[in-house]
Amino acid sequence: MDFAVFLVQCLNAVQYGLLLFLVASGLTLIFGILGVINLAHGSFYMIGAYLAYALAPLAAAHSGGGFPAALAIGVVLSIVFGYVLEWVFVSYLYEREHLQQVLMTYGLILVFEELRSIALGDDVHGVAVPEWLAGSVPLGGVMTYPVYRLFMSGVCLLVALALYAVIARTRVGMAIRAGATNREMVQALGVDIRLLYRIVFAAGVALAVFAGMLAAPVTSVYPGMGNQVLIVSFVVVVIGGIGSIRGALLASLLVGFVDTFGNVLVPQIAGVLVYVLMAAILLWRPEGLFRTG
Amino acid sequence: MKFRRFAILVQQTSAWRGWPLAVAVVVLAVFPHVGGDFYVDLVLTTMILSIFALSLELLVGRTGLVSFGHAAFFGIAAYATALLSPSGAAPSHAWLLPAGVATAALAAAVIGAFCLRARGVYFIMVTLAFAQMTYFVFHDTKLAGGSDGLYLNVKPALTLDGITIVDLRNPRTFYYATLVLLVLVYAVLAAIGRSRFGYALAGIRANEQRMRAAGFSTYGYKLAAFTLAGALAGIAGFLHAVKDGFVSPEILAWHQSGAVLLMLILGGIGTLRGAVLGAFVFVLMKELFQSEALFGAFAKHWQLPLGLAVIACVALMPNGIVALPTQLRRFRAPLLNAG
Amino acid sequence: MKHRRNTLAAALVAGALCVATVGVHAQSKIKVGMMLPYTGTYAALGTAIENGFRLYVQQQGGKLGGREIEYFKVDDESEPSKAVDNMNKLIKRDNVDVVVGTVHSGVVMAMAKVARDTNTLLVIPNAGAEAVTGPMCAPNIFRSSFSNWQPGYAMGKVAGERGAKKVVTITWKYAAGDESVEGFKEGLKASGGEVVKDLTLPFPNVEFQALLTDIAATKPDAVYAFFAGGGAVKFVKDYAAAGLNRTIPLYGPGFLTDGTLEAQGASAQGMLTTLHYADGLDNAKDKAFRADYAKTYKMAPDVYAVQGYDAAQMLGAGLDAVKGDVSKRNELVAAMEKARIDSPRGAFTLSKAHNPVQDMYLRKVVGTENRFEGVAAKALADPARGCNM
Repeated sequence: MDFAVFLVQCLNAVQYGLLLFLVASGLTLIFGILGVINLAHGSFYMIGAYLAYALAPLAAAHSGGGFPAALAIGVVLSIVFGYVLEWVFVSYLYEREHLQQVLMTYGLILVFEELRSIALGDDVHGVAVPEWLAGSVPLGGVMTYPVYRLFMSGVCLLVALALYAVIARTRVGMAIRAGATNREMVQALGVDIRLLYRIVFAAGVALAVFAGMLAAPVTSVYPGMGNQVLIVSFVVVVIGGIGSIRGALLASLLVGFVDTFGNVLVPQIAGVLVYVLMAAILLWRPEGLFRTG
Repeated sequence: MKFRRFAILVQQTSAWRGWPLAVAVVVLAVFPHVGGDFYVDLVLTTMILSIFALSLELLVGRTGLVSFGHAAFFGIAAYATALLSPSGAAPSHAWLLPAGVATAALAAAVIGAFCLRARGVYFIMVTLAFAQMTYFVFHDTKLAGGSDGLYLNVKPALTLDGITIVDLRNPRTFYYATLVLLVLVYAVLAAIGRSRFGYALAGIRANEQRMRAAGFSTYGYKLAAFTLAGALAGIAGFLHAVKDGFVSPEILAWHQSGAVLLMLILGGIGTLRGAVLGAFVFVLMKELFQSEALFGAFAKHWQLPLGLAVIACVALMPNGIVALPTQLRRFRAPLLNAG
Repeated sequence: MKHRRNTLAAALVAGALCVATVGVHAQSKIKVGMMLPYTGTYAALGTAIENGFRLYVQQQGGKLGGREIEYFKVDDESEPSKAVDNMNKLIKRDNVDVVVGTVHSGVVMAMAKVARDTNTLLVIPNAGAEAVTGPMCAPNIFRSSFSNWQPGYAMGKVAGERGAKKVVTITWKYAAGDESVEGFKEGLKASGGEVVKDLTLPFPNVEFQALLTDIAATKPDAVYAFFAGGGAVKFVKDYAAAGLNRTIPLYGPGFLTDGTLEAQGASAQGMLTTLHYADGLDNAKDKAFRADYAKTYKMAPDVYAVQGYDAAQMLGAGLDAVKGDVSKRNELVAAMEKARIDSPRGAFTLSKAHNPVQDMYLRKVVGTENRFEGVAAKALADPARGCNM
């Protein structure tokens, strides 16, 4: 493998890892702060992709400004959806055992899949890359790298920075960090924990939906696309440490590299590598790379 | 005088706790003679799933270890059966069944040794990870036919000195063999429940630290339970491979592990009959929602009512169907006492 | 109390199952079970096959062999693991007389096994798994489509003749992909080239980026890709987006561009593929078929619709010979074996292993059409290795 190719594969790895981070960060927040194992998180990703497909005509009609507008609409819709879902369903899961949470959110996956099937059908769809991002950057001779993938990596990085800024530097972020370590104390200190939980859940949903919308032109939109990303996200969350955003970032990049280079170098066992990685890390650090609380 | 003795006899017999089980076994035994081919097949599949659920009940219900990767042992035994069965004459299941079970038990011992080092939610995740690993080994490599699956060329028979005693190629025989195995597994687990080993496991579920303080080496007990559960799941895996004559990686998927956990919680965690009941209810629900006779064109969206039913059942009946009478009684009692 | 309740529950469950087994047996209609993918990446193919089948029946006045057809449908979801259960639903619950299906080669192998065990008549309108007309061939199993080897072999010959010496193959890792690539290798070898690398990814994964990078690094003379349905759309688009289509020609069996051109758009223009069907065939049957299909279903037909149509023709030929009496299995099978199917692709007959012997056409993508360019291989028969019929 010569250097140019190696560089390109690194770009692929980073792009995959950063996208994974968007999904996993939402999951780790929900898992770490609300204490809920949410299997339906992959469904949010799927909803995001189908949303991109459904909003595509809008984006095409107002070329240029359409795509960011579609993304913005998607984010707003998902925040509302996440807020309502937490209020109506998730808030009842807090006192329950993990097993019950697992099974109830598993039921939710089935519900979302079928609702999507009824509303938008079961076909596989492509989503067009917006024109101003449709070009390719030449890299070393015969190969070019799609601009859109660079755009994706850039956007994910920006979101990661924004997330860090919010959690580390704002009051809300402080409440979130405190809530992850000691829920009752935060409540005793007068913070409305229910509102906080609702915000965190809505944020988690929005992150997953946004990731789905962003990824749709690259992965196609198909039924069951949430399942694969769900399992890998859980692996990322567990490797990084439940509740840790920093851990999620490091873990997703790690997984991105292992998966990408695995697929190219040892395709026979590439699928297994990520889980071997997780098992190895858990044996070394039983609670993930960065534990919280 | 005689009448009184007779009345006492009737009262004692009807108070026997084993009646529901006995009736169930009789119904299952008689069913092939009254049911249509497709439905006998369905009951057969459900019995195999019941064995699978019972094996997990030992882990989840008795020992309190929630494993999200139990399908791995089911699948490993099924694949071992398919891989080890020769392509020519019928292999004798005198050795094929133990071979499949032993493979599953070995895998469980190894995987358990790793997984049991983690606790709580991490344990759930690690069991999931190892199950996914086995899934990808079978799905991505050429070891056993990849994503298309593998065929069992000839179904096994139990032969002794060339005389066929139990020929599993005969569907009726296979049905009764499965029923016998189901009853055996149930009996073994019931016996374990009353043994010192079983009480130790229950103690570990209640408070592991206290058990350790009392001198039990809990890791050893947990590993033994994990291995035994894997072995029993292996019986179900063997039966599954023989029934269809076909194995595919999907039987190792996390959906399968999730489905069996669902069966347990539907029936009621902590009881053996809950595991069996949960399996039957789950399969019945799936068939019901998929039935075009009832739902017409909407039947193809059967996962929607199933998902809603799952949520409702877990939310409203967290202790399962077996606890329903108690739950209803508690519900009725205040009403009875009011006014 | 509790015991009685549990007993009652058990009895109710048993009772419910018994009641549900009472089946209705209709004698006057022929029951056709369609086991096709109605969801997933191959959903469009399943629908096209069913449309083609129903069109032929409709053209015969709704009857085959003088009897009306009753359809039973099962969605196989392209899942080999559920195949046996789905087959059993059609055979044991619905008691169909013939099963028509499917698209996915892994699923069809399970179907063939069940069909052999239960001696059910099976007509395959797409899945090209070689085992089905190879080691698992049987008198009651027919195919109206192709074997995975056929289009691959033809494309290999063409690729070699056009000067490709070093070729990289890429496909999904399942029976159809592997067999198509094997056929291509044979054809390529026969005309002087060789395959230097085989890339695969799990079905139905469509994350091609890392593998496309690998192709670019290998710098082959050509690339052979087997994908179908949604995967084909994505691959051709990604291949163009990576800029590879300007320097490395992409070859494939027709599935890469059949039914997908509208979605693929500019990225597929000029591509050469081989298949037993094409646009612009100069035969009257095809013109009539296309007009009728477009009128009935408001869309253009593709190779899948033709295969479904021909499956009905094949079945019809057999049923006509026995005047609709499905119990006369031997005569039915004999008639189907001898039939000369007047297909929109051109007339064809069946090989001894019940696979079509047909011409493979070379096609070029122009606009939204796979235009007929010439015959890549004439009267190509699948080698049917391992079949004992």
